[in-house]
Amino acid sequence: MEYLVSHYNYWIYTLLMMLGLYAMLAKNNLVKKVIGMSIFQTAIIVFYVSIGAKREATIPIIAHGHGSDAAHAAIDAMHYANPLPHVLMLTAIVVSVGTLGVALAICLGIYRRYNTLEEDEIQEQLQ
Amino acid sequence: MILYKQAPALLVIIPLLSALVVNMSGWFNRRACFPIAVLAMAATFGSSILTLLKVLDAGPFSYSLGGWPPPFGIEYAIDYLNSLVLVTISLVSLLAVIFAKLSVEKELPEKIPQFYTLFILLVTGLLGMTVTGDAFNLYVLLEIAALTGYALIALGDNRALVASFNYVILGTIGASFYLLGVGHLYIMTGSLNMGDLFNILPTLYATRAVFVAFLLVLCGAWLKMAFFPLHTWLPNAYAYAPSAASCLIAPLVTKVSVYVMIRIMLSVFSTEYVFNVLSLSGPIVWLAVLAIIFGSILALAQTDLKKMLTYLIVAEVGYMVGGVWLATNYGISGAILHIINDALMTFCLFVFAGIVIYKTGSHRLADLQGLFRKMPVTMTAFTIVALSMIGVPPTAGFFSKWYLILGAIAGGSYHFMAALLISSLVNAILFFRIFEIAYFEPRVGHHVEDATEIVVSEAPLSMLIPLLFTALGLIVIGLYSGAIVTNIIRHSVPPGL
Repeated sequence: MEYLVSHYNYWIYTLLMMLGLYAMLAKNNLVKKVIGMSIFQTAIIVFYVSIGAKREATIPIIAHGHGSDAAHAAIDAMHYANPLPHVLMLTAIVVSVGTLGVALAICLGIYRRYNTLEEDEIQEQLQ
Repeated sequence: MILYKQAPALLVIIPLLSALVVNMSGWFNRRACFPIAVLAMAATFGSSILTLLKVLDAGPFSYSLGGWPPPFGIEYAIDYLNSLVLVTISLVSLLAVIFAKLSVEKELPEKIPQFYTLFILLVTGLLGMTVTGDAFNLYVLLEIAALTGYALIALGDNRALVASFNYVILGTIGASFYLLGVGHLYIMTGSLNMGDLFNILPTLYATRAVFVAFLLVLCGAWLKMAFFPLHTWLPNAYAYAPSAASCLIAPLVTKVSVYVMIRIMLSVFSTEYVFNVLSLSGPIVWLAVLAIIFGSILALAQTDLKKMLTYLIVAEVGYMVGGVWLATNYGISGAILHIINDALMTFCLFVFAGIVIYKTGSHRLADLQGLFRKMPVTMTAFTIVALSMIGVPPTAGFFSKWYLILGAIAGGSYHFMAALLISSLVNAILFFRIFEIAYFEPRVGHHVEDATEIVVSEAPLSMLIPLLFTALGLIVIGLYSGAIVTNIIRHSVPPGL
């Protein structure tokens, strides 16, 4: 039980990821698949963001970092959150928005051509 | 001199900026797009040659972007392996852009600026994936290459949209697996730099998290390279893409993914971990055997030229993955040599398919009748490539297959050797079937006056040049493959195998 609670962020991301994967593989509607894909990517973003977070830590900007007393201020890494995973995720969010845009544009194209977004109906028309 | 020094950065910067220029010039003058694209690709090819020369001259080196030293800043790590792959990528994309001109004007007359923009961005992504020494940077460029690839494929004919949609879904799963794997590595080591990871990881080899990270990254790369049984997205996506786009995507995207796999296995993890700590070689070589056999058999079953070629790619990916996982010196050398050879061969085959579509408007095998009389030059080049695919000396295809077979014998994987030989036989059947169809003339009626005269109508020069250049290149590379292996590839295979 304690194992579950102490690693709750990992459980949440796993759950979200499986939810997304299920939607991508099992849903018949193309837009639902795209949203599943988006949830899948968001799960990974949650994973990264949660590993950078820390209890009782502040943003990684050194207070009183300039001026004459800058050299005297003791810096303890324990007091600061790790900014790197968060910065990485800024890029990953841009990528996932880009993917979502491309996927929805393709859905739009499919709808214009086949007049439906249901996968089985498209398959029927392709036969 | 400054060019020589900055060549690795220029490799990515030139195409990235020229994509912007091409897109903007499209608003004013559509005719300007093609020359700018050719210039950009030529400049990129020049920088890749400079990079290769520098490596041959002074050995592997590192380029720190923005002057930030490696573990903190993003590093471009250039060694023998990726400088060779960089030259291949930039050469193929230069030739592909020359081929694209007429093909795009015919197939996508309204989307010329968009096509060239996406084309150049795709090349940027591929070059960046190859040149970078940072695991997260690789993810970003992987997605740049993938997103532009989806869009290029979706420009194609009727079924292309659905094929592209399936590719988006599976490609995103692959990239996300890769990202997740990198996340696990980051948690364990606190670093994203490949060289840094290589130094930190040995103490953590026994942990389960590193094992999971390796599997996730490997599965991500496999999805991207369409390794059997994760290949389902590839045949439709590549077959229905516009011919100019498939000439770029089919030869390069899968090969660069194979390169990424090799890079992760050798430069992030080590041969010690991959081959000794994990005992995965056996099952993965078996999967490669299945990939080769299934790819070959499904290629035999196709009646469509482009579909047939796409199943051949699935088989060829099996060659390379199997070759690497043989865990022998010859196997890895053969796989690396095959990345270059296969990129050129696949390019040539898809250019041939593009020419056939341009001239006849069809890509069914049955419509190839009479092509030897109609297009003698094209068919001569095609014959050379076909012989190379089968593996007839002195073409390039023979030598990489030879190294792979030597590797299979050295590693005791006789089933892999058998699969290679079977695949060569199947390739022989496939290509001789095409020769047979192309030698015969279209069927005519019983009355002589119905017969239509076949006149020689060769493909336009801008399509022939890439085809002939690559076909000749395959023979030249074949003749010099010994020199390539001893001077370049030998240095990229880690010692101790």
